[in-house]
Amino acid sequence: MEFSPATILNWILWVPTAGAVVALFIPREAKQAHRIWGNIVLFVGFLVSLPLVWWYDKSQAGFQFVYKRPWIPTFNVDYHLGIDGISYLLIMLTTVLGFIAVLSSWRLIQERVKEYYIMFMILQTGMLGVFMSLDFILFYVFWEVMLVPMYFIIGVWGHERKLYAAIKFFLYTLLGSVLLLLGILALWYYNQGVLGNPQTFDLTKLMELTLPIEWQRWIFWAFFVAFAIKVPMVPFHTWLPDAHVEAPTAGSVILAGVLLKMGTYGFMRFSLPLLPDASREYAWFMAVLSIVAIVYGALVCMMQKDMKKLIAYSSVSHLGFCTLGIFVLNHQGLAGSLLQQVNHGISTGALFLIVGLLYERRHTREIVAFGGLSTPMPRFATIYMIISLASLGMPLLNGFIGEFTILLGAWQVSKAWAAFAVLGIVLAAAYLLWLYQRVMFGEVTHAENKALADVNLREMVTLVPLVLWCFWIGVYPKPYFEVLEKPVAQLVERVQPRPAEEARLPVVLPESPAQPAAEGEQR
Amino acid sequence: MWTQFFQPIDFYVIVPQLELTLFACGILLMDFLLDREHKYLNAAAALLGIVFSGVRLWQMRNLDFVAFNGLLRVDPFFITFGFIFLAATTIVILMSVRYMEVEGEHDGTYYALVLFATVGMMFIAGGTDLITLFIGLELMSLSFYLLAGYLRADRRSNEAAVKYFLLGAFSSGILVYGFSLLYGVSGSTRINEIAFAVGQRGLTDPIVFLATIAIAAAMFFKVAAVPFHQWAPDVYEGAPTSITAYVSVGSKAAAFAMLLRLFLIPMGPVRANWEDILMVVAVLTMTIGNFAAITQENIKRLLAYSSIGHVGYILLGIVAGNETGLMAVMVYIIVYAFMTLGAFAVVVGMRRRDLIGDQIGDMAGLFFKNPAPAVLMIIFLLSLAGIPPTAGFWGKYLIFASLIESQRYVLAVIAVLYVAVALYYYFRIVVSLFMADPREPGKMSLAPGLVAALAVTCVLTIVPGIWPDPLFRLAQASILRPFP
Repeated sequence: MEFSPATILNWILWVPTAGAVVALFIPREAKQAHRIWGNIVLFVGFLVSLPLVWWYDKSQAGFQFVYKRPWIPTFNVDYHLGIDGISYLLIMLTTVLGFIAVLSSWRLIQERVKEYYIMFMILQTGMLGVFMSLDFILFYVFWEVMLVPMYFIIGVWGHERKLYAAIKFFLYTLLGSVLLLLGILALWYYNQGVLGNPQTFDLTKLMELTLPIEWQRWIFWAFFVAFAIKVPMVPFHTWLPDAHVEAPTAGSVILAGVLLKMGTYGFMRFSLPLLPDASREYAWFMAVLSIVAIVYGALVCMMQKDMKKLIAYSSVSHLGFCTLGIFVLNHQGLAGSLLQQVNHGISTGALFLIVGLLYERRHTREIVAFGGLSTPMPRFATIYMIISLASLGMPLLNGFIGEFTILLGAWQVSKAWAAFAVLGIVLAAAYLLWLYQRVMFGEVTHAENKALADVNLREMVTLVPLVLWCFWIGVYPKPYFEVLEKPVAQLVERVQPRPAEEARLPVVLPESPAQPAAEGEQR
Repeated sequence: MWTQFFQPIDFYVIVPQLELTLFACGILLMDFLLDREHKYLNAAAALLGIVFSGVRLWQMRNLDFVAFNGLLRVDPFFITFGFIFLAATTIVILMSVRYMEVEGEHDGTYYALVLFATVGMMFIAGGTDLITLFIGLELMSLSFYLLAGYLRADRRSNEAAVKYFLLGAFSSGILVYGFSLLYGVSGSTRINEIAFAVGQRGLTDPIVFLATIAIAAAMFFKVAAVPFHQWAPDVYEGAPTSITAYVSVGSKAAAFAMLLRLFLIPMGPVRANWEDILMVVAVLTMTIGNFAAITQENIKRLLAYSSIGHVGYILLGIVAGNETGLMAVMVYIIVYAFMTLGAFAVVVGMRRRDLIGDQIGDMAGLFFKNPAPAVLMIIFLLSLAGIPPTAGFWGKYLIFASLIESQRYVLAVIAVLYVAVALYYYFRIVVSLFMADPREPGKMSLAPGLVAALAVTCVLTIVPGIWPDPLFRLAQASILRPFP
């Protein structure tokens, strides 16, 4: 198959799996060979995704690089790939973080090296497939496939309570995904059984349907459980600290960087365009949950003794911003949310790398075990500082742009929401800087910390690109917003049809004039 | 005079069964001539018989023919089930050779009984007359009673056989009682004629209702549905593992073939009477099967309870009852057969002279000793749990789709939630395989037959998982249709 815009998605998707198949034939004892091969494969995976940067057409709103072949003709299920601005950014994030995560495991993983790299390669395919699928069944298959390698990554190469954390992660996510499957089937049935259309799972066709509000409500909740668990939104977040803390460094990076984004991606890709009325109806509820997550996650962070757990909870808080941005349902909110998802992937991914780096040296993640590290590790101190500032939303760094845009969007809908959400930024500064202070500043309190080695070349290669990326988005976010412009506009159009278009509707229902008024009050 | 009842052509369509019977009898004779080292030739002969039978079945694949004046019907439904039985038997025989040697009970009777059971199953799948169905069922069941107790020196095996026999005989009695009521109602044993009479009697007729209850109870016993499931864990645990695999796949598939024939044709007109019963039983079966499996330490018992859970799903497909539902039942039975056989094949491989190997703990660290079977076991377990891209997912997927399509949303939610419960106990085995340290250094005994069995089941679990369309088309074509 030639490498061209028509097939590039296949290349991006299957290169990691092909690498895994080859790795099967490398003998188990050749650990070094497995390491090298794993890194090569994921680096190639990144390289094949690079041409998207040139080939992606920003002026277009629809799906690009579409590749469609029949897969299960009996049910009209297609092998249907395609991306728009939303998935494009997440795919780039995935290929970059995938490579960095694997590179960071070079020294940490000493046992079952072969299986580790194979799992990572399969995981990569699963994640990319989720972002590329335009067919609901294909999407669901990738959505579940990805759970299995992640389960093993946590369960085999994790820390003390790995088995508990791994099965908790799997069960929680599975519980959500099976309800998602029912939601998908309900959509399929409505299209085919109620409307009498030819049966389809094609997202582009299902998006044209307008479901009755009761159907939308039920399906919305089915989707909600799946995506809210994945994000995780607040009552469903309890799997996250366990999974993040117990996973090996690279696992945490991928969990925080990519897996959590699948929840927010699900809301943006499926809930909003397929169920616009229900999304509007429940937007306030989702926003409240998001604000609870922002504040609660941040407060819990303040109390943590374990660095990794602190960063895990900070994800709850940051993802709260992302979901808030989605459910303010306007252009700024959605664009900001997506950018913030990328930002979170970069900065939290980097924070997990930083914790992992300390863990490799000291085999502990307790905050009290460190202190004064900036003396033995000056380069590390600089990088860690920049990443912390990025994560807490310092201007000129990426977090600021995302959070600011989301707050702009929230402000237009409700000033109270924006005010509460800002608390999250304040608290983030508190817990991240306090953590930094306790770990890096002051005298070296533990003798074993005096001789800690500074960041080596390999670790530089994992961290520096992320630091540069933070600066790029922070200083010049224009390309990102350009990419998002059209797809987000289309999404907003779908969720919030303009009043002018509403007036053009032939049937004037008695409650229709009241509806804009109610929205006005809300604002 | 004979032609009044039979046409000579009728005998052509039972050639697959006749060939199996001939080979079974041949094995019984041949067994005397073989010394201990050459007992595997019995297995080879049995496989040869299956090949002959399979070729004949393949030649009949496009047939739709009512034979013996309505006693038997050769239709795609029968052909598909016939192939499931033959494939299952093949795999069971492949995994038996070394296993029965280790157990010290390796002789020809075993293979002859396995083939007799297969003949019984094939008559069940093709039977369109109460007599044929009952004789097929008894032939299968009697063979299984004997096979379950085949390890004469093992008390658990003896217990299994006696329990299976007593409860099985009891349930057959109930079944015959139901049959006699149907005969009383219609004056015929042909299921299509019964269907007509039952349809005329209608929903409110007490005798028809009583017959429905009796037949339902007996069928629930045969498929091991709650509340008639208690025999299953004990029999599964006690029987030789290869036979456990066969009981849980072959006898279950045959019982479902019979259940479908009975409920959809003679009982079809009174669907409203049994639909709710079936629904309640299906939910109870999933509940008890899945929750009871959580605490099991013995893999055979665990798989017994999990197979009870699977029965619940299949019953739900019949409850949904639409085209997708019946297709789902076929797909589910096919994928269930191969993933279950695969899982049992790994358990069979665990058996060594010094290790029974049916505890979850016995599999500890298997991945470090025998990576390939351990990975295969994980694939089978993922498939049993219904995680894509394995075949098991598509079975469950179709069941859910059929429930949504027939607007049974609550049932659909219950059914999907048990997927998560099931995953939990299947992954207890995965944890043992992959994450625990080995307890003892011994490796699995991977005989060539077992390797072949694992390879076949693995391919038939993965390939339909990735490319399910042929399976769907096969299932769609072989849905049970009423007489033309």
